[in-house]
Amino acid sequence: MTDKLNIEIDGRVCEAAPGEMIIAVADREGISIPRFCYHKKLSIAANCRMCLVEAEQGGRPFPKPVPACATPVGDGLKVWTRSPKAIEAQRGTMEFLLINHPLDCPICDQGGECELQDVAMGYGGDVSRFAERKRVVKDEDLGPLIATEMTRCIHCTRCVRFGAEVAGVRELGATGRGEEMRIGTFIAQTVEHELSGNVIDLCPVGALTSKPYRFTARPWELTMHDSIAPHDGLGSNIRLHVRRNQVMRIHPRDNEAVNETWISDRDRFSYAGLYSEDRLTKPMLKQDGSWREVEWTDALTLVAERLKAADAADTGWLMAPNATLEELYLAARVARGLGCANIDHRLRQQDFRGDAADPLLPWLGVTASELERQQAILLIGSDIRHEQPLLAHRIRKAALAGAQVVCVNPIKLELNHPATQLMGSPAQMLSDLAAIAKVLGARGSSAANDLIGAAEPTDAQTAAAAALREAGGQGGGVVLLGALAIAHPDFTLVKGLAHAIAAAAECRIGYLPAAANSLGAYLAGAHPDRLPGAKPSETKGGAVAEILDGTSKTLVLWGFEPDRDLIDTAAGMEAIGKADFVVACSAFRSAALDEMADVLLPISAFAETSGTFVNANGTWQRFQGAVAPPGEARPGWKVLRVLGNLLDLEGFEYRDGAEVQAELAALCTDSPLDNAPRGDFDASPASASGSGLMRVGTIPIYAADPLVRRSTPLQQMPMPRCELAVYLHPQQAAADSLGPGDIVYAQQGHQGARLRVILDDHVPMGCARISGALAGSESLGPLVGPVSLERVKNP
Amino acid sequence: MVESQNTQNQNSVCFRTMHLDEAVRHTLESYRGIGGYAQWERILRERPDPNDLIEEMKISNLRGRGGAGFPTGLKWSFMPRNAPGQKYIVCNSDEGEPGTCKDRDILRYNPHQLIEGMAIAGYCIGATAGYNYIRGEFYEPIARFEGALEEAYAAGLIGKDIQGSGIDFDCYSHMGAGAYICGEETALLESIEGKKGQPRFKPPFPAQYGLFGKPTTINNTESLASVPVILEKGGKWFLEQGRPNNGGLKLFSVSGHVNNPNNFEVPMGTPFRALLEMSGGVKDGKALKAVIPGGSSVPVVPGDLMMDVDMDYDSIAKAGSMLGSGAVIVIAEGTCMVKVLYNLSHFYMHESCGQCTPCREGTGWLARVLHRILDGEGRLEDLGLLDSVAGRIGGRTICALGDAAAMPVQSFLKHYRHEFAYMIEHGRSMMAA
Amino acid sequence: MSFRNLPLAIDHERDKSTLFTPEIRAAIDKHIAKYPSEWRQSAVMPALTLVQDANGGWLTQALMDDIAVYLDMPPMSVYEVATFYGMYDLEPQGRHKVCVCNSISCMLQGSEELIEHVEHKYGVKPGETTADGRFTLKEVECLGACRDAPAVLLDKTYHEKLSPDALDKLIDDLE
Repeated sequence: MTDKLNIEIDGRVCEAAPGEMIIAVADREGISIPRFCYHKKLSIAANCRMCLVEAEQGGRPFPKPVPACATPVGDGLKVWTRSPKAIEAQRGTMEFLLINHPLDCPICDQGGECELQDVAMGYGGDVSRFAERKRVVKDEDLGPLIATEMTRCIHCTRCVRFGAEVAGVRELGATGRGEEMRIGTFIAQTVEHELSGNVIDLCPVGALTSKPYRFTARPWELTMHDSIAPHDGLGSNIRLHVRRNQVMRIHPRDNEAVNETWISDRDRFSYAGLYSEDRLTKPMLKQDGSWREVEWTDALTLVAERLKAADAADTGWLMAPNATLEELYLAARVARGLGCANIDHRLRQQDFRGDAADPLLPWLGVTASELERQQAILLIGSDIRHEQPLLAHRIRKAALAGAQVVCVNPIKLELNHPATQLMGSPAQMLSDLAAIAKVLGARGSSAANDLIGAAEPTDAQTAAAAALREAGGQGGGVVLLGALAIAHPDFTLVKGLAHAIAAAAECRIGYLPAAANSLGAYLAGAHPDRLPGAKPSETKGGAVAEILDGTSKTLVLWGFEPDRDLIDTAAGMEAIGKADFVVACSAFRSAALDEMADVLLPISAFAETSGTFVNANGTWQRFQGAVAPPGEARPGWKVLRVLGNLLDLEGFEYRDGAEVQAELAALCTDSPLDNAPRGDFDASPASASGSGLMRVGTIPIYAADPLVRRSTPLQQMPMPRCELAVYLHPQQAAADSLGPGDIVYAQQGHQGARLRVILDDHVPMGCARISGALAGSESLGPLVGPVSLERVKNP
Repeated sequence: MVESQNTQNQNSVCFRTMHLDEAVRHTLESYRGIGGYAQWERILRERPDPNDLIEEMKISNLRGRGGAGFPTGLKWSFMPRNAPGQKYIVCNSDEGEPGTCKDRDILRYNPHQLIEGMAIAGYCIGATAGYNYIRGEFYEPIARFEGALEEAYAAGLIGKDIQGSGIDFDCYSHMGAGAYICGEETALLESIEGKKGQPRFKPPFPAQYGLFGKPTTINNTESLASVPVILEKGGKWFLEQGRPNNGGLKLFSVSGHVNNPNNFEVPMGTPFRALLEMSGGVKDGKALKAVIPGGSSVPVVPGDLMMDVDMDYDSIAKAGSMLGSGAVIVIAEGTCMVKVLYNLSHFYMHESCGQCTPCREGTGWLARVLHRILDGEGRLEDLGLLDSVAGRIGGRTICALGDAAAMPVQSFLKHYRHEFAYMIEHGRSMMAA
Repeated sequence: MSFRNLPLAIDHERDKSTLFTPEIRAAIDKHIAKYPSEWRQSAVMPALTLVQDANGGWLTQALMDDIAVYLDMPPMSVYEVATFYGMYDLEPQGRHKVCVCNSISCMLQGSEELIEHVEHKYGVKPGETTADGRFTLKEVECLGACRDAPAVLLDKTYHEKLSPDALDKLIDDLE
């Protein structure tokens, strides 16, 4: 079937593969055939009938015009896309499409970029022959992201097929029959899927449009700027649409190796957070407990003085893992230039006992496109759809193609594909992994071997091991570690068992990056044990846990909010509060920063600075700033350059960000994408100790970082199972004499929060699911760690 | 009175139980009594080469009785019979083409012959399972068919390792729920798969990718019920009942303005004139105005022209129409053709599945224009518009419903344009004048 | 539009043994058994019919959702089917359904008179239910009983060659 054959389109000889559809060949050749229902990423529907063409095969003309999207090529096929017969057929379809279309282009958001409008310009008539009453269709409220004007719908069903085939959730459907057919949810509910915004791009008319963007601009007023999405480890390729220095909306850019043609709703709508009212626009200084605006020079001079004067051993640098590569690199240079190796980006990790054994550059282990071709995937500790929406889509593709997906998680996920889900408490996760390892005959560190020895594999664990071994033997197995593994109190052991399983089953092992630039942070040296190029450092600094153990006197907080973005917000804030001098470099102000910092430096947010993200694959993706930062905010790399100058550090004479990147790139030429451990992941289990409840804290999809948390449309989205509440298994609640709606005081350490109880059998026994990064969760302790619940008698 | 060449063989294929007592003609005992299941049991015993059976079917020249007229034997030969994996035979009893009511009587009066035909077809194409899709309104026929299935299972005529032959054949009924489009074979497959009945585009054809994604052959009820008799009496016998390229006997449902509307199983090529006689002539002694000779989807033929036509594929084609499903709708002088066409157009608007643009939008447009003309609001340009819109539907859609909606419009305007023009001009029917 | 893949099977995580009645479940199970095991959704049409019959002739959203649960289907797929086929009703119905065929053969033989007669005598338009809830009048497309025109489907029984008087008698006999 690999033989190529030749067909002729409009007199041009084109090479084609057997089974290919005419339209695919034409698209490759740049021959345009009008279409509405066809989309290269969706199944063929052949229903719009816009792509009708004239054709003959072997000298015998087809009796009727054929749809180019559903007619496979064959030897001797000749196609005419612009012959009188083809044009008449296309005109006919266009007339039918327009008779019930409102032609309200002047007030339609799609105007100027409407496929129907474009094609109608070419094929439509000037005068309508339709004298009957036009169809009017009632609109539906699909929620805060998607606006509807269903009278404009031309029933191409792209959105419906997207739901069934890509999202895996049939939120939109085509109910009714004939001209009564309607696209919608039928029961008027919010469309919640994390990829749902893609239907806005798919809709060829103005039936489904972006609600936040609606009526704000016309496409011809916009300038386009290529960029990279900042919210997950994939680094989706995006295009920013800008008007008068404001990001108006975001569209995906095609990149098969990364995001294909899709982006997540988080990447699409987070830009709204840029325009929140709490942007930090001036350098500020706290004096005698009150804030005042200062000049950059004054602020930076002060910071330089204090950093220089500080004891490097008591200084710590905490970097957001979605800072740019340039920011991370320069920060690491400044810190190390001052003799301080206490720099880290792993803000939501608590167990650092495995640092010495960690791979130098923990990466995905496979490329994103390879992920969808795996035959078995062991997903350990990941709320994958919330963490990495499009990598979840790749895993779904693998599952639909027959891959065995096994999850070892402290919650049950809502997956839209077949999977074996082993749900258990954090301690049970270790047992589950040990049991799988045992079936495989795997060996690891002595602590791991103790667990393996004690395991008694169940049928499900045995089956999981068999699937991994079979796939691994064929080079198609991967073990993936996600955010809940990273947050695990025994991350070291989880890694040890995962590596043991991968080795025994001949599977690859991969780390799902916590954020957009986690790999970049390793490469930049924003890690206590890594020098630029992810090279191991002789002098080992303190990791996050050490920096926030309450002894640091001087702290630099870069691009995150300590009350939301740390694994243990309560302890972290307490430690920061004890420091003598805290510099927060942030795009936003917040009450917590106001309280804890001494200096606030306004840095550019996403879209306002150039930079580079290194994605899960290890792919470097550089982008330019598209809009100027507000007020006196400045790109972070420039701030650090000036700081370097003020500190008289050498080599801080960069002319532009590209030069920073080039310097680091030169240091990274031999940075290996190799997840082999450098030692034993040995540590005695911490999560098994104690018999009390364990908190399981996931980060809700729309709470992941400061920008997302400020996007109004995303904040209006429902996030089932991620509200600020305690989710308990019904039996667990019964055992603790708690019922739904009860108010409890959830205590971790010496602090806690009042929360409502919600019953949920997707939480294992022995656990209380309480999301992190939400307003109200900051007084809680580790995302994964002991918690006690006490009913509040008179709430 | 015109004699057809073979009237003695009337009701000798699908209707061969018709002479029996109405109360019992559908039972296994009755069917056994006329030699039923003999062909199937011969196959079970002798396990003949399916290719020989298919060859016999080709000789018979049986053409698909659902309306498309595709040769049944040839269709069976497309199946990848020896390829591994499940294959299916599906019977199309979703009878709903206006004017057509023959399959209902096969289901009611001769269900076992259909089961035998399905089993034989299954054997020929390598299918060990069959589904009969019966329209949901057919409560009584469904009960009859399911009753016959129970009898056949109980008698060991179908099931697993039937009579120790090593041959399996399971047969099931599947009820529709009111959608004409499910008579289109791929819409029918979608419907069995628990979806909306929306036709699939082709290729792939059902013989490659059919029910549940498996190779599938779909035949009409009458086609399948004809199979046991063809094998019993030979393909040549069947062919010779009719004419070359128009073999066999055919069920004609005669309805409309006749004195004795009924189903007649008569040889292909029977003169229309004879069929009209059998139906007792035009009602109330009126003159014949027009005939729709093959179900509502085929072009109308003026009465005087029709009187000289024989009822077979080729003769009717010469008269500018099609044999279709064999539903002969007789229209008497004095009938308003605008109203008749509106009735047809309303039907297609109502039954369009909605997926293809030309059909979804065009059928409603046609019906609305016709309704407006009936309301006395017609415009002169409407006639050209109707022609043009119909022309833009026909041949432009996934399935043939678009053609079916277009053909009546074009033929009515061709033959009765003056009636439409009159109504547009005067605001009332020419027939009322 | 046809999804060329296996059904999008959904585990609704609800106890199927609490749905409908044991009799209805058994009846649906008989249909499920006709199809390959991964094609439970093939039973959606008979399931809708059974559930509708047991619910006074119409379907509620809750019932459709239950069918989705029972057959591991996305609810949307059930709504699509229930709104596509003419024999499913999503509004409350009368105790009986009087379905008058309006297609060509029946029209030629007087179905319009039948409909007009019922409209006038019982004060209902097609699609409406009599004030006493006795029956819902429906105009339906070809019933496939053309030789016996005009035909009426009254609940589950065909009545043929009907005159207005004969139809009256049938309606009079309805409870």
